[in-house]
Amino acid sequence: MPAPIRLRELIRTIRTARTQAEEREMIQKECAAIRSSFREEDNTYRCRNVAKLLYMHMLGYPAHFGQLECLKLIASQKFTDKRIGYLGAMLLLDERQDVHLLMTNCIKNDLNHSTQYVQGLALCTLGCMGSSEMCRDLAGEVEKLLKTSNSYLRKKAALCAVHVIRKVPELMEMFLPATKNLLSEKNHGVLHTSVVLLTEMCERSPDMLLHFRKVWILVPQLVRILKNLIMSGYSPEHDVSGISDPFLQVRILRLLRILGRSDDDSSEAMNDILAQVATNTETSKNVGNAILYETVLTIMDIKSESGLRVLAINILGRFLLNNDKNIRYVALTSLLKTVQTDHNAVQRHRSTIVDCLKDLDVSIKRRAMELSFALVNGNNIRGMMKELLYFLDSCDPEFKADCASGVFLAAEKYAPSKRWHIDTIMRVLTTAGSYVRDDSVPNLIQLITNSVEMHAYTVQRLYKALLDDISQQPLVQVSSWCIGEYGDLLVSGQCEEEEPIQVTEDEVLDVLEGLLVSNLSTPVTRGYSLTAIMKLSTRFSSVCLKISSRIKKVVSIYGSICLKMYSQACLTRANDLLDLLGGNDVVPVIQTTLPTKPASAGGELLDLLGDLSLSGGPAPAPSVPVSQPPFLLDGLSSQPLFNDISAAIPPMTAYSKNGLKIEFTFERANPNPNIAVITIHATNTTEDDMTEFVFQAAVPKTFQLQLLSPSSNIVPALNHGSVTQVIRVLNPQKQQLRMRVKLTYTHKGSPVQDLAEVNNFPPQSWQ
Amino acid sequence: MIKAILIFNNHGKPRLSKFYEHYNEDTEQQIIRETFHLVSKRDENVCNFLEGGMLIGGSENRLIYRHYATLYFVFCVDSSESELGILDLIQVFVETLDKCFENVCELDLIFHVDKVHNILAEMVMGGMVLETNMNEIIIQVDAQNKMEKSETFIFQSPRQDR
Repeated sequence: MPAPIRLRELIRTIRTARTQAEEREMIQKECAAIRSSFREEDNTYRCRNVAKLLYMHMLGYPAHFGQLECLKLIASQKFTDKRIGYLGAMLLLDERQDVHLLMTNCIKNDLNHSTQYVQGLALCTLGCMGSSEMCRDLAGEVEKLLKTSNSYLRKKAALCAVHVIRKVPELMEMFLPATKNLLSEKNHGVLHTSVVLLTEMCERSPDMLLHFRKVWILVPQLVRILKNLIMSGYSPEHDVSGISDPFLQVRILRLLRILGRSDDDSSEAMNDILAQVATNTETSKNVGNAILYETVLTIMDIKSESGLRVLAINILGRFLLNNDKNIRYVALTSLLKTVQTDHNAVQRHRSTIVDCLKDLDVSIKRRAMELSFALVNGNNIRGMMKELLYFLDSCDPEFKADCASGVFLAAEKYAPSKRWHIDTIMRVLTTAGSYVRDDSVPNLIQLITNSVEMHAYTVQRLYKALLDDISQQPLVQVSSWCIGEYGDLLVSGQCEEEEPIQVTEDEVLDVLEGLLVSNLSTPVTRGYSLTAIMKLSTRFSSVCLKISSRIKKVVSIYGSICLKMYSQACLTRANDLLDLLGGNDVVPVIQTTLPTKPASAGGELLDLLGDLSLSGGPAPAPSVPVSQPPFLLDGLSSQPLFNDISAAIPPMTAYSKNGLKIEFTFERANPNPNIAVITIHATNTTEDDMTEFVFQAAVPKTFQLQLLSPSSNIVPALNHGSVTQVIRVLNPQKQQLRMRVKLTYTHKGSPVQDLAEVNNFPPQSWQ
Repeated sequence: MIKAILIFNNHGKPRLSKFYEHYNEDTEQQIIRETFHLVSKRDENVCNFLEGGMLIGGSENRLIYRHYATLYFVFCVDSSESELGILDLIQVFVETLDKCFENVCELDLIFHVDKVHNILAEMVMGGMVLETNMNEIIIQVDAQNKMEKSETFIFQSPRQDR
């Protein structure tokens, strides 16, 4: 067999592939060659093959058949083999395979190898992916190496110990004696990893922390090391941009933070050095700022004296003015952490923070927004709100929901006056209305209800807003509700806060009717507007007959559809509706003035609903007992409505396969002829029920589709019933209606899925 | 702790991927794709920190990245690492690669990905920073490479230059 190709050959070949499929082919070919080479137990080329396998693994191709080969490489005597073998183990193996346990013996031997680089490889691998069993078995070896004088091995052993402690926390005690001398090392690599080890031990065990604080009194030792680093002057070995080993400085500062937290003595011992670092560090490069940042975090976290804390916050304030975005980012993050404890100090930088709202960087904007909300208080609410509302206007959509919620919360807590509060809410609803969370609508309604003296003002402003724009659903919902409740105030022009507008009852009804008709309104919004119309029918006292005939027309068109929506979306409102219709005793849903002519208004409404409930049957007696609500609503959902109109459009069978038959029946939604209302009826002729039935539909781009909830998800067997569902299709361009349907259901225990095209729509349905 | 170190080019092709936490193969590839998607959307003059994607721990972890010519170097870290410190670490890593490969470019990383792994192993171990001194790292890497070379000479096996 010819020698397997070299890794770089393989890489070169793969790079010539022009498509994903070509690449896959090459890889598969090479994998086959590698597999047969592995089978031949070829020692010479094993490491080359595994190297290639690792490359292919990086590209995303499966490589698990190489796992055992890695083990063989690790067991080899050659350094080259071991190197690739251990790399392979780290990339391909993890604790979930049993194979890795076989490595334990090899690692043990290699930890005691004569060559330090082999020992290093073993430590590295154990420290990366050693399981708890392996760690338990080998902890002793690691501990031995922690005491060696070889700094190369000592630093690796320290990090390996961290991994062992993470996997088997009980073994922490074992490493304690070895750590005693770690800090007296001169080698920075060892110092660095030792600090990491000590940090890990302190974070994991409060006892250990106490021990380090009180018994070993680590703090002075760390302070001394830090001092040497700062004062030592230029040291070419450890210099990074003019600062001596900034990485080590940052690590020590972090450990000091943990030691000083909630401990007065330790905190006092480090006060001086922290002040020194804070004032002397060069800030022109990132390294200096990294150290300052860590220092600030430490000062804020320990029990430092107030002068030091003010110094820290001022450093953060300076960071905010820095040109470097990264610095501004960390400053905002830190200020967010400290704003609770040092509120006043952070307030001083409020204007800078608010400026950051205008930054182009998304991460900075988000933090500035969070921080701004945290800084709002009774004194600055007006100014801050102005800035935040301006931000809400211009920010990206991803922020709008959070910002709107924040504004509502802040306004609730600190609003200086009710009018200001309502103005603020209005502003949010009109600028970011579509992003406001769903639960805000009931909260706002609650708020408006409670501000009794503002009702006239509120309803007027909301009405004016509706005239401008009906696309933002929360705004529309709140406005409809208000108009329904306080429509009488609106029409009577009673507003005190601003110039009252002249509005007639007809105009109000026009607006509400417009909401029902509009394609922009969701079913919930339609529910709100229908309720508002209902309420107004009892409040608007003038020309009851004229108004009620308009309402009758509206409800006759939308009532069936809306009531169907009610049965799923809004049962309480439906019950209110029934109360209204319940006959002569009009249950007051309304809190203010009772209508002057309840009986006739109730009766007429009853009549028109009576028309709907039985298509073609005799009208029911006017006093429909309230105890029968389910019948009224259920009866509507499964019968074809508007028989007179639907006679013009014949029904059609859209799908019939495997016993499932789906029929479409049509209605035309007056007055908008562009909307076709299709009701699907699904029936099942087989002997078993079809459960978890889901009907989905898609239409070409020029159409818009709305699918309402189905009557149920079980299509009973042997035509014992049907599932119905309403589809509304908007066809403004009057194009030929086409639909693709997807059906999923479970039949006889197995899932069934089918896709179908429906093209046989009768021309009357879309012309 | 560093959760992962990823290097990919401007088109999302991975040039090095090292995970210090366990994910299965599919998830690893998805993480690479997701990270590329998040990082490539960023403007040139915004800050170098991002919240991690959903697959790699979401908002608890951060992505700290630097863009050098055609390559993105991304370190995914948790809250115990200093963001600015990691930025410096990436700089040290790239400078070390530059010294080892002499004016390193993407092709070097493509053809010598195992060498890059070896260099990285001297800097980060088990997700923790091991050594930050560039010269120290280079000395160790050179010594180990010499060992490999000497073996091939003695045992007359195929050139170690795989």
